[in-house]
Formats: sequence, structure tokens, C-alpha cells
Amino acid sequence: MLSRTASNLYWIGRYMERAEFTTRLIEATIRLDSLLAQPKVEEAWKSALAVVGAAPDAASEALGAFGGRRFLALSLDNPSSVKSCLSAARDNARAARNVLTQEIWEAINRAWLLIRDRASPGGTQSTLNMVEELKAEARGFEGALARMLRNEAYWFLRLGSLIERGDNTARLLDVKYYLLLPDGEQVGGLRDRDQWMTLLHVVSGRTAYRTIYRQALQPWLIADLLIFRKELPRSLAAAASETVAMLAQFGDMSGLQGEADRLARRRLTRLEDGSIENLLAYGLHESLNGFMRENAAIDAAIANQFRFA
Amino acid sequence: MAAGTAFDELWGASGGDAVRPGFEPLGDWLRETSAAELDRRQHAAEAAFRSLGITFNVYGEEDAAERIIPFDIIPRILSAGEWARLSAGLEQRVQAINAFVDDVYGARRILADGIVPADIVLGNEQFCVPVAGARPPHGIYAHICGIDLVRTGPDEFFVLEDNARTPSGVSYMIENREAMLRLCPELFERLPVRPVDTYPELLRDTLQSVAPEGAVEPRCVLLTPGHYNSAFYEHSFLANNMGIELVEGRDLEVDDDIVWMRTIDGRVRVDVIYRRIDDAFIDPLLFRPDSMLGVAGLMAAYLAGNVTLVNAPGTGIADDKAIYSYMPEIVRYYTGEAPKLPNVETWRCREPASLQYTLDHLEELVVKLVDGSGGYGMLVGPTASRAEIEAFRAALIAQPQRYIAQPTLALSTIPTITDRGIAPRHVDFRPFVLTGSSGVTTVPGGLTRVALREGSLVVNSSQGGGTKDSFVLDGERAPNAAGGV
Repeated sequence: MLSRTASNLYWIGRYMERAEFTTRLIEATIRLDSLLAQPKVEEAWKSALAVVGAAPDAASEALGAFGGRRFLALSLDNPSSVKSCLSAARDNARAARNVLTQEIWEAINRAWLLIRDRASPGGTQSTLNMVEELKAEARGFEGALARMLRNEAYWFLRLGSLIERGDNTARLLDVKYYLLLPDGEQVGGLRDRDQWMTLLHVVSGRTAYRTIYRQALQPWLIADLLIFRKELPRSLAAAASETVAMLAQFGDMSGLQGEADRLARRRLTRLEDGSIENLLAYGLHESLNGFMRENAAIDAAIANQFRFA
Repeated sequence: MAAGTAFDELWGASGGDAVRPGFEPLGDWLRETSAAELDRRQHAAEAAFRSLGITFNVYGEEDAAERIIPFDIIPRILSAGEWARLSAGLEQRVQAINAFVDDVYGARRILADGIVPADIVLGNEQFCVPVAGARPPHGIYAHICGIDLVRTGPDEFFVLEDNARTPSGVSYMIENREAMLRLCPELFERLPVRPVDTYPELLRDTLQSVAPEGAVEPRCVLLTPGHYNSAFYEHSFLANNMGIELVEGRDLEVDDDIVWMRTIDGRVRVDVIYRRIDDAFIDPLLFRPDSMLGVAGLMAAYLAGNVTLVNAPGTGIADDKAIYSYMPEIVRYYTGEAPKLPNVETWRCREPASLQYTLDHLEELVVKLVDGSGGYGMLVGPTASRAEIEAFRAALIAQPQRYIAQPTLALSTIPTITDRGIAPRHVDFRPFVLTGSSGVTTVPGGLTRVALREGSLVVNSSQGGGTKDSFVLDGERAPNAAGGV
């Protein structure tokens, strides 16, 4: 396979995953926003922007509910907006069209057509309708992915998704831990609880939590779920473990192994040996930052190993 | 000239009274299918094309950068006999084209014999100096030709243009058929239509057959300018269906006159390049230095005989409109036979008498730039404004050698779905001809292009034309359901 094509596939995986994540973030923030009293609504959107790494200035219209929805869903100034991601995914998909299945291409193209001409997110209900449609398209993409031949194209698409997924979950947790709870609010209080619930919602982990822990919401258990539990597909451990598996399968087929495999295995071992108690003792923020740095290093190693540049 | 007086592909010259013999199933189908049902299928076809992303890009239109080509579900039919005559004519013509190009870059017998004036060839912009004397494998230059045909009567087919550089549209031939099979399956039960989906396999065989000598299991690739090119959909479609890599210039590198492509497991040698990039862009070292699309050193590798380029550089000489007017002589010269497919009568404005005739009859003629394409740079006299005619007159007088003129033909029409029901619209036809080491072949079909505006003769997709499926009937096979249902 051409190196350029592999790179295109990898980035389709990343952009599609990011589009879905941002979609779910919008939904969760609307939920959080509805739980908050005015004028604190701003905080919800501010934290959502922090998750995607956008730092709006104080005067930015993105701080409000409408502006926030538009910025996250539709702004082309925001490279993580759903529209930017889908547009980039589609651009890559057009360039790699010849190695994509018809279903994958259609899933990407349909998602893009859904949002292409939208300039305004409309009211809250209208945004939620759009979110539902986008989630359905994201499921369509994953379904198409599941039906692919397990060949090079599949591995690169999946690798991109996994690297992006790990990064997204780590960001989400980090922001919750550091930014969300305003001064004066009690850890473990009602506000705190709502926020953790919302976070679970973003990773579709509400039922998972109840099934695994069978007890009331505890922030450290939610952190445990999102970091260490492989049963949850969006946890850091699940992403790390699947990354190793993907690279290994690819290595078996092609004989191509290298730095990326080594880094990914090292990360997985650390997560398998870790516990939430030790991690909290070390510092959640520090640990998550460490994970994101490792993730970036694996991303670079993949690019290097398969000659993306 | 108006549609209605022209020969109709379905109704012949009957003016709508009776369909042509053998085409009754289509007439019946049109009568039995309600306008609403036709409309429904028409929209379903467009939705399918949109969803599949079968698009082309229009240069200079930012918002509408990607459009689908309008597709009309009423097919155009060619009888088995018509196709037999056409394909024989096409094969003869393409054989002559290849012999001509081989001669021009070799012995130049045809110039020495005075059949074609030397200055028109050697001074031509399409004449590629670096390839003179270098013969590609099997002496084949135009591996893939798209020959534009028009029709004016029952037996009157004319060649309008020989596209011998990088003709496009073959993906539509195949996708249009796919759409028809899905949306109007009953037509294929009623009519014995010959398949077109063998084309990619034939193309692959053709590419492999012309690999440089010594290439075992030759590696073929398709070189595209990239996904912003207007024909990118077709490039990826063909690469995909042939199972070969779709590469851009930056995926290739030339080392010691050998072409390599960069893959995830290192460099892989390339033997045959089906390039969909014009000559001027394929090698910045030899042609346009500003080209980002090509590969530095590609021409050196080609001239060293280490890679086959399809179509060969320099082939453009054969589809130049100034050469076109000599094509009947060229066919006769190389095949020793009379041309089976005539040219449209053509005045070469470089010749004073022809120029005078053209200037005197601008209102009746179509005037074209010899190096123009895509419907640009042409005057359609009967529909042009006074100002346009005067502008062309001035241009003709200033640079007569740049123009040819042809009569406006009464192009045949076909029933087409329009806003106001089914109405006749003018069409042309582009079949595709492949030449490999074992000879010349045609796939029974082609691209039918239709001028969607009433009375218009311009069928180019960049000028608002649409397409239709082209049914070539099988003379041997009886329709499955004839009389049975």
C-alpha cells in the first residue's frame, strides 16, 4: 500500500472518531447546561471548549450556549468542530477512495452531506436532532468498518480511531478534574455528581458503570472505569490494548514491526499494572498528561514506521 | 436544425409514429411507464449518483466545485448491425492513428510522401520533440482512444473528434449501466443488451501487454493529478476496478532511470504508468518546470525503455484538430482501405480559400480552436450573437491557422426526460477503443452525452450536458422475455 494512502486512512480514522466525540460532547454539554442556573451556563461551554483544546477569549461568542453549539458543531475556525472533522475526513476519503469500501465511503459522505450546508445549529432542540442524526451516521461508519476485509486499509483506519479515542477520553477526564468544578463547590456535591454523570454520557458509559460497580456514583470509580477498565471501549486501557492488538496483527501479516509496537506495548503494560489508588496518589492530571504524551509519541512512531511523511 | 426535424435514435425519421425495428421494447416501456414513475426513478438515479459521490469538478466555480453529471434514464440503443459497422470503423481508425504517430516519431514517410504537410506536424504544439526516434513497446502510442461520433441519419455516422491523449468518461459508461440495472431492470429482460463491465479487465490486460520487455509480472499504476482534478472519480474507479495502485506524482520517484513508488514496506518498482496527466505536466525536468503533478526524471526513465507510459507522450499530435482534417487520407495511407467512418466536413482556416469560405458563412458554421477542448473556445454560428460572431471574425483574421470550421450538423436526438415531459434532445456518442500488444478491441458501449437544453448542440459536461446509458444489442441473443411475458 502507498504510504500516502496509509496516512490518508489513518487520518480518516482519527477525524471520524473526533467528529463523533465532539458530537457527544455537544450533547453532554447541553445536558449539563440544562442542569445549571443562569448565568453559570457559560461555564459548561467553557469547559467543553477546553476539552477540545480551544481557548476562547473572554469576549468570544463561543462562550454562550448558542455560540458554543455553533463553535463545536459548525465553525470552520475550530479544527475540532464536527464540520471541520467531517470535511477533513471526506477530503482524505476522496484521496483514498480506491481502497475504501463503498459502505465506508458512503458513511463518510453522508455524514458530511448532513452538515455541509448548515450554517446555524438552530435552537437547542434542533441541535439535539442534529446530534442524533450525526450519532446515527457515526454508528453507520463503525458498522461499515466492522464489515471490512481485515486488510491494511482496515488496520490503518482502526489505528487512527484508537489513537484519537485515547486522546479524547484522556482530555475529557482531565478537564473534568481540573476545570469543571468552580471554586466553592463541594467535591461530591450535586453539581459534581451531575458533571460526572455527563462525562459518563459522553463515553456511553452510564449503564456500564452500574453494571460493573453496582453502587452510587463515585468520582474515583468513574475515573477507574474510564482509565483502567478494558470492558469499556472508550477507556484508555481499551484503546491501549486494541492499539497493541492492531499493530501486532498487522505485524504478523506484513512483517512490519518497530518503534510503534514497542511504545504501545509499554503503555499497555503500565495501564495493566496500574490501579486507581496509585494513580490518584501520583496525581490524576499528571497521569493523564503522561498518557497524552505517550499517545502522541505512538502517533509519531506510526507515521515514521509506515513512512507517512 | 431544431430537435424534431433531426433523425431520432428511437423513432428514426418517423416523427414519433413508430419506433425503429428491434427497438419496440423501449417504445413499449416508455408507453407503459407513467410520467410519475419515470420521474421517481430519475430522482432515485440522481440520489444514487450523489450518494456514491460520482462527481466531476467544474473549474472556476468555487461553490459548485463538485457536481454530479445529470443522468437520464431513457437509454440510447444501437442495433447489433450498427455496432458491427461502428466497431469495424473504430478499429480501422485507431490502427491508423497508431501507425501515424509511430511514423511521425520515426521514419516520417507520410510527411515525405506529402500526404500531410510537414509544418502542420513538426510545428505543432502537440509534437513532442524528445520522443522522436524513441519507440515504445510494440510501437503503440494511443493505447486508449475515445472517439467522438455524431449521427445525422440512419447510416450517417461521422467522427467529430479523436481523443487520443487522456480521454475520460469510461467510468460513466459503466456506472450508468449499474444505475440502469438497479433502477430499470425490466429493460434488460426485454432487450438483449451486451455488457460493458468487462472494460476494466480489458484495460488491465492492455496495460500489462505493453510493459517493457523483461518485466515479469509487470506492476501497473494509474497516475492521477489528485482528488481536485475534474476526472478524479474516474481515476479512482478505474484503479480500483483494475486492482492497481492509484498514485500521485509525489508517490513516485525516479532513481537511475527506474521508476519506484513509495509504499509502507519500502520502494516498489513500477513498469507501466497509465497516466491521466497531460504531457506538459508529467516531468518538470523536461516540460513545465512549475508542475507539481509530475515526476522528475520520468521522461528519462521512459526514453531509457524502463517504463511504459500510457498513452505515450506525443500522442496528442493525433487528436489535434488541424490533423483531424487529414484523417481520411491518413486512414487510407496506412490501411490501404477507404475510411469506414467518415470525418465531418472540415475547412482548415490556414488555407486561404477555406478561410474565405468560413468568413463568408460564419452564421452557419461551428468554428473551433485546433487545440481547444471541453466546448471552450468555439463558436456555434446559428446560435451565436452578432457580437460573438464579430469577435470570432477578428480572431480568425488575426490567426487563421489556429482554427477549423465545420457545418452545424443536424445531430440525432433521443427522447429525454425534461421539466416538461419527455422531449427530444441532441446527443453524441463516445465509444472507447483499446490497443494492446495483441490488437485493437472495443467494448460494446460507450458514453452517450446529451444536450439538456432544448435545441442545444453542446453536450459537454462542463457546459451543462448530461449522460445516458448506451445499449448495444446482441445480434445472437434473443431478448429473454420477448413474447414470454
